[in-house]
Amino acid sequence: MSRHLKRDLVILVCVALVVAWANGDLKDLLGIPGWQSYAVRIINMCAINAVLALSLNLVNGFTGQFSLGHAGFMALGAYTTALLTMDMAAKDRVFFMTPLVEPLRNLTLPFLPALVLAGIVAGLFSLLVGVPALRLRGDYLGIATLGFAEIIRLIIQNVRKVTNGALGLKGIPPVVNLWWTLGSAFVCYLMLRNFLASSYGRAFKSIRENETAAQAMGIDLFKHKLLSFFISSFWAGVGGGLLASLLTTIDPVQFKFPLTFQVLLTVVLGGMGSLSGSIIAAGIVTYLMEFLRVVEETHYWGSITIPGIPGLRMVIFSLALVVVVVWYPKGLMGDRELTVAGIKGVLGRVRQRLRIKGGRPA
Amino acid sequence: MILDIRGMKMQFGGLVAVNDFNLSLEHGELVGLIGPNGAGKTTVFNVITGVYAPTEGAITLEGRDITGMRPDLVTRLGIARTFQNIRLFSRMSVMENILVSLHWRLKSGVFDALTQNGKYRAEEASMQSRAMDLLARVNLDGVADSPAGSLPYGSQRRLEICRALATEPKLLLLDEPAAGMNPAESIELMKFIGRIREEFGLTILLIEHQMRVVMGISERIVVLDHGVIISRGTPREVSRDPRVIEAYLGVEKHA
Ligand SMILES: Nc1ncnc2c1ncn2[C@@H]1O[C@H](COP(=O)(O)OP(=O)(O)OP(=O)(O)O)[C@@H](O)[C@H]1O
Ligand SMILES: [Mg+2]
Repeated sequence: MSRHLKRDLVILVCVALVVAWANGDLKDLLGIPGWQSYAVRIINMCAINAVLALSLNLVNGFTGQFSLGHAGFMALGAYTTALLTMDMAAKDRVFFMTPLVEPLRNLTLPFLPALVLAGIVAGLFSLLVGVPALRLRGDYLGIATLGFAEIIRLIIQNVRKVTNGALGLKGIPPVVNLWWTLGSAFVCYLMLRNFLASSYGRAFKSIRENETAAQAMGIDLFKHKLLSFFISSFWAGVGGGLLASLLTTIDPVQFKFPLTFQVLLTVVLGGMGSLSGSIIAAGIVTYLMEFLRVVEETHYWGSITIPGIPGLRMVIFSLALVVVVVWYPKGLMGDRELTVAGIKGVLGRVRQRLRIKGGRPA
Repeated sequence: MILDIRGMKMQFGGLVAVNDFNLSLEHGELVGLIGPNGAGKTTVFNVITGVYAPTEGAITLEGRDITGMRPDLVTRLGIARTFQNIRLFSRMSVMENILVSLHWRLKSGVFDALTQNGKYRAEEASMQSRAMDLLARVNLDGVADSPAGSLPYGSQRRLEICRALATEPKLLLLDEPAAGMNPAESIELMKFIGRIREEFGLTILLIEHQMRVVMGISERIVVLDHGVIISRGTPREVSRDPRVIEAYLGVEKHA
């Protein structure tokens, strides 16, 4: 870690400042009423979406494997976190139709181990899915992982003794705050960056670039695809766990394909194979999702009523994905990373262009 | 004897791409495998390296049966290859292309890499210096940080050979390394191949389209046509063989 220690510290300080500000410690400085809780909500979602996009990017962007199973692993993480953090009273209130099986009923863990276990459960399931699915390539892998995610979801919907079925879970302790969400995003970013910079990361990228050649250079394709899939699903599980605690209620319908689709859009928008791109895109998509809430709400303008159209946001997002894929297939960042030198370079070029436009000698 | 191929047959559906193929290579030899388009040369490579399991026959490397073994395991046993149509990791740097070939020897585990601990960093440093050393030996150290896909064609061919060398092979399989080069460049490349063969103590099996290119550096030449060996011997013998002349003339007539 020491190689980038200085930069990591700077990022850490920035994260801490944002947290402190949004938590209200700096509120007096700003003094804008109503801003604070809204900002907190948005930043929480940004951070969770960043975790989800970073992890999906590992498989789709860096390893070149087209996986569409993210929502399934998020669901596993969300349910694991919920069941491990709710106390017995809360569980009894929810499981009134079919009681929860015994060891789970009176098992309550602190949030951190619950969140880590959420990642591990999702990761272990990813191995079950990955062993058969990762032998497929391209579109077939996409279809297979999509199918597996739906199977996971259907299992959750039907094992009522454990998951409360279609009724979902309510009253999940709202432990999550900015420290948790931004902290997770930060740890996730650090972990992926370190790993991708390592020999394993190069092996992943070589598989993306050319599977045949990678294998001919001694890379065990299956082992590395499975490893990438495991790490990715681990973080999808953690993201699901954070989401469960943030929303406090979850049900199987939430984890349908549109959720994967939204994460995929974020990854493509940011750039397949760019960590910083995923983080930036997570911010953009989160804000847009909030902003576009307007189109699903009913508006009254005097005597005119404009009905909201539920689901319209997803339509807009689908169109956005098409636009990005067709016209900007590289997304915002391509496979490059945002660096200080890069920003300086862009600023320099902008300045130069301004000078030329202004007619002054450069 | 380093490699021994016995009675190899490769059939794709109804098409017999290679039939009754026998070849053994001695340590340190450079053997040319030539033949007209579609003769089955690349298929021989694909069967040796485990891309396809042969329909019939057996392949042994230093006495060990490697028939149908997975390609990455074949590489680890000491056979490296290049591809007819260049298959570099284009968006990765020249340096990274070489480092990928060193990955299978990595001792650090996943956890060491995740935490970038001392053990991993020491190993990474030695990989980097090994890769740089290899690049210097093929004169590509100056472009170590450029994306592999941005190199000129000739350098890409050399990089692909260097990447194969980085896996530390005993036997190197080169699939038309001079394809798309002019005569002067081809001669230059053949000199280069001769040099690395000495430096790395390699056995080389070299596919070439044109006989003329491999004449100078091969001890022996095997001629393949329509999946069967039609001639074998020294370059002089082969070039005078009427069956070879006919096979090549036949192609030129059609072309
Ligand atoms: N995977 C495959 N499936 C079906 N047919 C194949 C396959 N690979 C090769 N062939 C066929 O086998 C025959 C031999 O092909 P191969 O590529 O080995 O020829 P080659 O001697 O390398 O030719 P060239 O000089 O054009 O490279 C061809 O007819 C080719 O179409
Ligand atoms: Mg060929």
